Amino acid sequence: MRHRPTSRPAARLAVTSLAALSVLSLAACGAQVDSPQTEGSASAAGSCVDTSGDSVKVGFLNSLSGTMAISEQTVHDSLQLAAAEINADGGVLGKQLEIVTEDGQSEPTVFAEKATKLITSDCVAAVFGGWTSASRKAMLPVFESNDSLLFYPVQYEGLESSPNIFYTGATTNQQIVPALDYLAEQGVTSLFLVGSDYVFPRTANKIINAYAQAHGIEIVGEEYAPLGHTDFSTIVNKVKSADADAVFNTLNGDSNVAFFKEYTNAGLSAEDMPVLSVSIAEEEIGGIGVENVVGQLTAWNYYETVESPENAAFVEAFKAEYGQDRPTSDPMEAAYTSLYLWREMVEKAESFAVADVQEAADGVTYDAPEGTVVVDGDNHHISKTSLVGKIGDDGLIHTEWSSEEPIEPDPYLEGYDWADGLS
Amino acid sequence: MDILSQLFAGLSLGSVLLLAALGLALTFGQMGVINMAHGEFMMAGAYTAFVVQGVVSGAGVSLLVALPLGFVVGGLLGLLLEATLIHRMYARPLDTLLVTWGVALVLQQVARDVFGAPNVDVSAPTWLSGAVEIGGLALPRTRLFILGLAVACVVALTLLLRATPLGRRIRAVVQNRDLAESSGISSRTTDRITFFLGSGLAGIAGVALTLLGSVGPTLGTSYIVDAFLVVVAGGIGQIKGTVVAALSLGMMQAFFEYSTTASVAKVLVFVAVVAFLQVRPQGLVSARTRSLA
Repeated sequence: MRHRPTSRPAARLAVTSLAALSVLSLAACGAQVDSPQTEGSASAAGSCVDTSGDSVKVGFLNSLSGTMAISEQTVHDSLQLAAAEINADGGVLGKQLEIVTEDGQSEPTVFAEKATKLITSDCVAAVFGGWTSASRKAMLPVFESNDSLLFYPVQYEGLESSPNIFYTGATTNQQIVPALDYLAEQGVTSLFLVGSDYVFPRTANKIINAYAQAHGIEIVGEEYAPLGHTDFSTIVNKVKSADADAVFNTLNGDSNVAFFKEYTNAGLSAEDMPVLSVSIAEEEIGGIGVENVVGQLTAWNYYETVESPENAAFVEAFKAEYGQDRPTSDPMEAAYTSLYLWREMVEKAESFAVADVQEAADGVTYDAPEGTVVVDGDNHHISKTSLVGKIGDDGLIHTEWSSEEPIEPDPYLEGYDWADGLS
Repeated sequence: MDILSQLFAGLSLGSVLLLAALGLALTFGQMGVINMAHGEFMMAGAYTAFVVQGVVSGAGVSLLVALPLGFVVGGLLGLLLEATLIHRMYARPLDTLLVTWGVALVLQQVARDVFGAPNVDVSAPTWLSGAVEIGGLALPRTRLFILGLAVACVVALTLLLRATPLGRRIRAVVQNRDLAESSGISSRTTDRITFFLGSGLAGIAGVALTLLGSVGPTLGTSYIVDAFLVVVAGGIGQIKGTVVAALSLGMMQAFFEYSTTASVAKVLVFVAVVAFLQVRPQGLVSARTRSLA
């Protein structure tokens, strides 16, 4: 005989299910937390990289599942493309690349575990991957304690440099600061800051606030939405009533879609109040809907529309491999470039050994699709040309403004007086 | 004017919550099934809208085609779930939580395999773009549409439960299954129909959500907790309570968010609901039942 819940059991059922739900949602939150790993089993003594044969192993570590898979799969694809090209071109120091693929599952702890596995049991010569700052922060101690190399391809909040990481995405002085310079040049005197509630936007906004104070720009509002937040009516209301000259957007992921749909629906457009975004690349524009972002601004170091023979070849090769409808984007280009930079470093060092590669890194150059880049041996970042682009109705981003030459990386913003005391 | 636009924001958020929670009020409230896959039925509705957009070329009509189709797709998924798994565990609500959570994960992966990991976009019909200006207040048309849709769903569901033979059968089975059985009502059939209706409502909610954000495999997970919060706070199984709770939570979220931040507002709403359940564990509207059990 089956009993239906009456009011008392119903209440108990309600409380139990709420408790269960909050545990589940808390477990999901746990994934966002930075968790420095202490890898007890890892030993720093001697690397096990085997270079005796005619191939050498490298590791690709991207999230192929979980919430970040959307973005990281594209990076993985362009890494595969670079590896195939390098192998067809004779490999590195005459050795073919043997790729070991691992899935970071969008979890910082998994990234740390898989990095340990790649280094200590697969014995890879270098690892390429990572996207969120949380995943990078989790992997950093693994690469340092095992004295191995990570090539990290995504723009980030700066204020970091490790001898074991090469950063091929932009640091803040190559993306956010030039974007602010551009806005100031356009006569923007008030800014509204909208961002996701985690490490990158909060750090970025700290930098923007310091810049604004020194340059006479008024910050009229600063709002954060939890990652995955989808209801932006209140935030858009606040933006609308603040009536700033422009909005600086550091939202990440899906939230951008909801934000721009709400922005357009509330009657705002690029003409009334332009939004400058630092995390929307070509592949996201389709998801947001071109009509919702047309005319809005982005800041990056690479667009599919960049005109250079290297980029034409890259775009053509990528589309031939993965389909004509697949756009290329900044993190994909930075990942593609990172594999070639590693090859340049190894060939300059004439060795796969980490210490030799680190030694050889300074001044290594490569004609990347974004333009010629140079590795800075001190902070392991690369010089990059800074671009501000406008989203066209073709769904691509077109360069609106470009720095005159590649900007030297300055992750701690030491070259800027207004940035004193930020780190 | 700020107060007015916030009032509308709250109302609009409330209507979204209501759409998401209405189907749950049926399956969780009336049937005691903790259906964690409810969010994935919403996702299925949203992907239905995406597919319909590809088939029906006129952007103006595709939404109108997608709504009933989303209902059917969500409903059929619900029916399938009920027929294969749920009906074996009606007396074990916590087991349904685990089983349906597993189903939810499977459905997410299926969506990822079929539609790809990147989110897809459903473009809103042109007659829903822009805003209606009332005295300097801009009310986005999509928000007004969702508000109207939520009202229509509540009215339809109430009419169905109150004024049709089917509704009477559903209420009879909910109130006293054995007595209903002995008066000739097939409780198996009624269960199935109820589950079809509840899951179908999730499908409709999913179609509506495509007007606000993008469609991805994890669309449902962002709404499932809020939807349960609404049903529990409203009083389990009470349409009236669900409506009041959805609107109150929407208003609370909007006003907390306006005076604090989005993250703080979420916490405050959660704290408020937990505190409220301490005082009134049965929720806003308590169930009256003649059940002998």
